[in-house]
Amino acid sequence: MRRILDTDTAFRWFCKAGAIVGLAVAIALVAVILKESMLALRTAGFSLVFSAEWNPADGSFGAAGALAGTAATTLLALLMAVPLAFAAALFVNAAPPNVAVPVAHALDLLAAIPSVIYGMWGLFVLCPLLQSVLSRFGIEYTGFGLVPSSLVLALMVLPYVSAVMRDVLAQTPVALVESAMGVGCTRWEATWDVVARSRKAGLLGAIMIGLGRALGETMAVLFVCGGVSAIPTGLLDGCTTIAATLANDFAEADGVHKSALFALGGILLAFEFAIQATTIPLIGRRSRK
Amino acid sequence: MKTRSTFFRKTKDSLMRAFSGFATSMALVLMAWVIFTIVREGHSSISAELFLNASKPFGEVGGGIANALLGTVMITAGAAALALPPALAAGIWLAEFGKDSLLARAARFTVNVMMGVPSVIVGLFAYGVLVTTTGHFSGFAGSFALAILMFPVVVRTTEDQFSGIGDALRESLLALGASRARSTLTVIWRAARSGVVTGVLLAVARVSGETAPLLFTALFADTWPTSYFSGPTPSAPVLITSYTMDSPFESMHRIGWSAALAMAVILLAVNITARYFGAKRAAKRK
Repeated sequence: MRRILDTDTAFRWFCKAGAIVGLAVAIALVAVILKESMLALRTAGFSLVFSAEWNPADGSFGAAGALAGTAATTLLALLMAVPLAFAAALFVNAAPPNVAVPVAHALDLLAAIPSVIYGMWGLFVLCPLLQSVLSRFGIEYTGFGLVPSSLVLALMVLPYVSAVMRDVLAQTPVALVESAMGVGCTRWEATWDVVARSRKAGLLGAIMIGLGRALGETMAVLFVCGGVSAIPTGLLDGCTTIAATLANDFAEADGVHKSALFALGGILLAFEFAIQATTIPLIGRRSRK
Repeated sequence: MKTRSTFFRKTKDSLMRAFSGFATSMALVLMAWVIFTIVREGHSSISAELFLNASKPFGEVGGGIANALLGTVMITAGAAALALPPALAAGIWLAEFGKDSLLARAARFTVNVMMGVPSVIVGLFAYGVLVTTTGHFSGFAGSFALAILMFPVVVRTTEDQFSGIGDALRESLLALGASRARSTLTVIWRAARSGVVTGVLLAVARVSGETAPLLFTALFADTWPTSYFSGPTPSAPVLITSYTMDSPFESMHRIGWSAALAMAVILLAVNITARYFGAKRAAKRK
C-alpha cells in the first residue's frame, strides 16, 4: 500500500524548504537594497563615491568621507588587533590546559558583550582619557574620531580573529612542530618560520574575518567617531563610517537622502560579499562560531 | 644562508614569548576594565523600581527600564520563533539530505555569506520589507531583522552537530526499519541536541544585544510594549543608546549604565551557562 504523501517525503521537503528560505531571503536582501538605492544612483550617480560633500539639506550626497573613514578605522583597528590576536592565540595554544581553557573562554566572552556597551565605554571612559592624556602634552583634542574608533574596533575584533587563529594553528600537525624543534629551531622560529608559513591561508582567513566585522560595526563606532563627514586627514580628526552614517542619519532621512543611505548600504554589502567570498575558501568550514 | 647568532635567536624567542603573554593579559585587562566600568557606573541606580517601572519621556527625571527589558524579551522571542523552524530544518537538510548537491552547496555558501552581513544592512532590509510596506515601525519588524541575523548561525551549528554523528547510527536505524524522518527526529536529534541547544542559546544571546537593526525597525517608545505588531516597541539596547549617546543629562546616563549592567549580567550568564553545559556534554560523550 502506497500513500500519496508519506511522512518521510514530507519531512524531507520541509527541511529542503528551510534551505530554500535561506536562499530566498539572501536574494531578497540584495534586491531590496538595490531597488531602494536606484533613486540615489540616478540622481547622484558617481558623485556618491567620489565627492566628499555630504550635505543632505541642499541635496549633495558625496560619501567619500564616510568611505575614507571606514577604510581608515578598519585598517588602524586591524593593525592593532592582528598582532595581539596572533600572540594571544599562540599563548592559549602553548599554555597548559588549566590556564588555556579559562583564558580561551574569557576571550570568547569578550565577543559576547553587545557593541552598545563598547560604545558607551568608549564614549565615557576612552574619549575623556585620550583627551586628558593629550592635553597634558599640550595637544588640543576633542577625544572623538579615528583614534578612539579604531581602538574600540580593535578591542571588539580581537576575540574573533584570535579564536579563528587558535583553531587554524591547532590544526597544525604536531610532527611539523616537532621536526622544526628537532632541527634546532627555537619555539618562535618553529612558530613563525614553519607553522605560520604552513598555515598562511588560514591565518589570512582569520584576518579577513576581522576585516569583515570591523567594516560593518555600527554602534561602537557611532558613539566615538564624532560624526564628521569630511575625509579625515590626520589621526586626531573626527570621522564617520558608512555604518555609522546609516544609523545616525536614517531616522531623519527621506526621499533621495534615504535612497542614498540605501546605496551606501549596498556598497558596504558589496565589500562584505567580496570579503566573505574570498574568506570561505581560505579557512574552509569552521566548526565554531 | 645567513647565520644568526644563538644569543640573538634566544633573545628573540624570549621576547616573543613575553609578547604573547603580554597580548593575552592586555586583552583580559581591557575586558576587565570594560566590565568594571559597567559595574561601577551601573550598580548605584539598580533598584526594584528600575525593574518595575516603565521609562519616562526624554527630560523627565526618574523612570525605569522594565518596558525596555520586556520589549527586548518580546523582540528576541519573536526572532527565535521566526528563525528557528526554517534554520533547524535547513541545517538538518544540509547534513542529512542535501550533502553535496548543487542546492546544498549554494545554500551553504549563502549561509556563510549571510554570517558576514553587517547588522545595519539587515536593519535596512527589514525597513524596506516591513516598515515601508506596512507604513509603520513595529517590534515585529525588529524581530524579523534579528531573525535574519540568527538564521545563518543556527543553520551552521545544526549542520555541524548533525554531520558530526557517525553514519553507523543512521545505518542501524535504517536496518531496524525506521524511516529517515523517524530516525532523524527521534534518535539522531537526541545525539545532536545538546550541541544544537548550546548554539541556539548563544545565537539568541548574541542577537538580543543588537542595536543597529532596531533603530530601523522597532525604534523606541516610553510605553509598555503593547503594540508589538503595529507600533514602536522599546528595547534595552536602544534605551542604552538614547539614554547615553543622545542625552546630555547625568540622571539619564545613570539609568543607561544600569541598563547596560543588567544586559551584560544576563548575556554573560546565558553565555557561561550555555558554554558550560555544552562543554560538559561534549566531554561526557567522548
